[in-house]
Amino acid sequence: MSALAEEAATPAIRRRRPRRTTLAGLALVGTMILGALAAPLLPWDPEAVDLMARLEGPGAAHWLGTDHLGRDVLARLLHGASVSLGAVAAIVGLILALGIGVGGLSGLLGGRTDRIVMRVCDGFLTVPTFVLAMFMVGALGTGMANVMLAIALSHWAWYARLVRGMVLSLRERDYVAAAIVSGASRPRVFVEHILPGVLVQLVVLASLDIGHMILHVAGLSFLGLGVTPPTPEWGVMINEAREFIWTQPTLMLWPGLMILLTVMGFNLLGDALRDRLDPTLAGDGC
Amino acid sequence: MLRFIAGRLLTLPPLLLAVSAGVFLLLRLGRGDPALDYLRLSNIPPTDAAIAEAQRLLGLDRPLAEQYLSWLWQALHLDFGLSYVTRQPVLDDLLHYLPATLQLGAAALAVTLAVSLPLGVWAARHRDRMPDHLVRALAFVGVSIPNFWLGFLLVLLFAVTLNWLPPLGRGGWSHMVMPVAAVSLMSLCINARLLRASMLETAGQRHVLYARLRGLPERRVVHGHILRNALLPIVTATGMHIGELLGGTLVIENIFGWPGVGRYAVSAIHNRDYPVLQCFTLLMTVIFVLCNLAVDVLYAWLDPRIRLAREAAR
Repeated sequence: MSALAEEAATPAIRRRRPRRTTLAGLALVGTMILGALAAPLLPWDPEAVDLMARLEGPGAAHWLGTDHLGRDVLARLLHGASVSLGAVAAIVGLILALGIGVGGLSGLLGGRTDRIVMRVCDGFLTVPTFVLAMFMVGALGTGMANVMLAIALSHWAWYARLVRGMVLSLRERDYVAAAIVSGASRPRVFVEHILPGVLVQLVVLASLDIGHMILHVAGLSFLGLGVTPPTPEWGVMINEAREFIWTQPTLMLWPGLMILLTVMGFNLLGDALRDRLDPTLAGDGC
Repeated sequence: MLRFIAGRLLTLPPLLLAVSAGVFLLLRLGRGDPALDYLRLSNIPPTDAAIAEAQRLLGLDRPLAEQYLSWLWQALHLDFGLSYVTRQPVLDDLLHYLPATLQLGAAALAVTLAVSLPLGVWAARHRDRMPDHLVRALAFVGVSIPNFWLGFLLVLLFAVTLNWLPPLGRGGWSHMVMPVAAVSLMSLCINARLLRASMLETAGQRHVLYARLRGLPERRVVHGHILRNALLPIVTATGMHIGELLGGTLVIENIFGWPGVGRYAVSAIHNRDYPVLQCFTLLMTVIFVLCNLAVDVLYAWLDPRIRLAREAAR
């Protein structure tokens, strides 16, 4: 009997995911956060130029070697972690605020406001995400803060739509009706009775999206639209290393590996969170 | 079917109009001052007289609504203005670079579908055994890897070390291999994973059980009864992937020296060449929207339930 036939025979039984993947995700993300926190405590300066020690291999003075300006690669990688993680935290915060604020208002007020807000969301969703992010950077100007804003503005409409849909469906629940009948004010009904249910879904969605956002931040920085050069950032480091791909290829490997591991960690955590908090979304994904 | 297509087509103009207004407004309200940028790119010193002249030339002295309407009117006649840098009509410039981008994007889409479908079926048929573990591991790494870094890894392996493929430029088939692989890997992995899950879900449905009870051979059950239904979510997802593939193409072009709109747009962002940015965003949106329309039509054609429900609702 093939695997698909077995599936037909036992449709309702879902295996529990082994917890090793969750632990691996925690370990990866935890290491990155620790690295980001430890970066300022280390003796090496990520921006200190030493032209006498350009493009050195790994050694006692510089564990992972130096780049084309003689800057310590390890220090730059660790500082890059704090730049990337900080950016993502800010982006997620912005998106949640926009999503809950706009989507919540739209769902609660209904009527014309709702229609207009949803049309605006449709407009944002019509433009491909990365193109929208590029356009936003073009409109706001280059720089890390604008890249963060651009990515938040190119993702928020999904969240607003989700929040609005959930508000509309939760509003019909008996316990919400009971709260309204017992005289709770509208803001109070929203904060105490609707928001908790919405938040769970939002956190799951955001955690699954974080990896994607890290990739977008790195991609825009790689194109030279993000941080200004002396600041260490992984995408920028890859861009700077491209000239030395023939002579010093390891320079390119490290920052990419950092991005890969961070994104993997967040993806593992996102899957674990989804299974834990929202079993209805749990597919058979990896 | 024609009615369905016509109905979907009618929703596009208001949407594109809204996007065009948004794009126009954001660029005007954004941080930059087009008149100053125009002068900077023309190498004219920004004296007061020169600024006033540039504002008059670019129409910046008129009310915002009037500016938008006149821009829209010209845009409807396919006139998106002149690039501040090249002094050529923006649309001509973009259309010059567009074929290269579309070639890369279309090839990436074809590879995505051609590789992900067999992978997904293979994994689902061997659930929890070696092929399944392999595909899931690949998919897990594939969705986490930055596409531009993957591009460089490919260059490092196939151009620098093995010297099998050309590292740069557009030309024969050999030039396409690495860019297409770098652009398509992520969508390919997401698709394979989705098809696997979708097949496992469909396999539990009653019509499949019935097909088995009728004693149909396993091959026919898998292909005719499971795969056909399991493909529907893939069609929807492909609409989403087209946006990602376009975005990926814009980045990857920069690595392989691929002469597409991505590199032109990035330099426009650096130069603050606003007419280019405007036209680029709208052009990409139109392509994305048309692709999604095609996907919707395909979906309605594959699944009569959708088509009939929408026609009944009208």
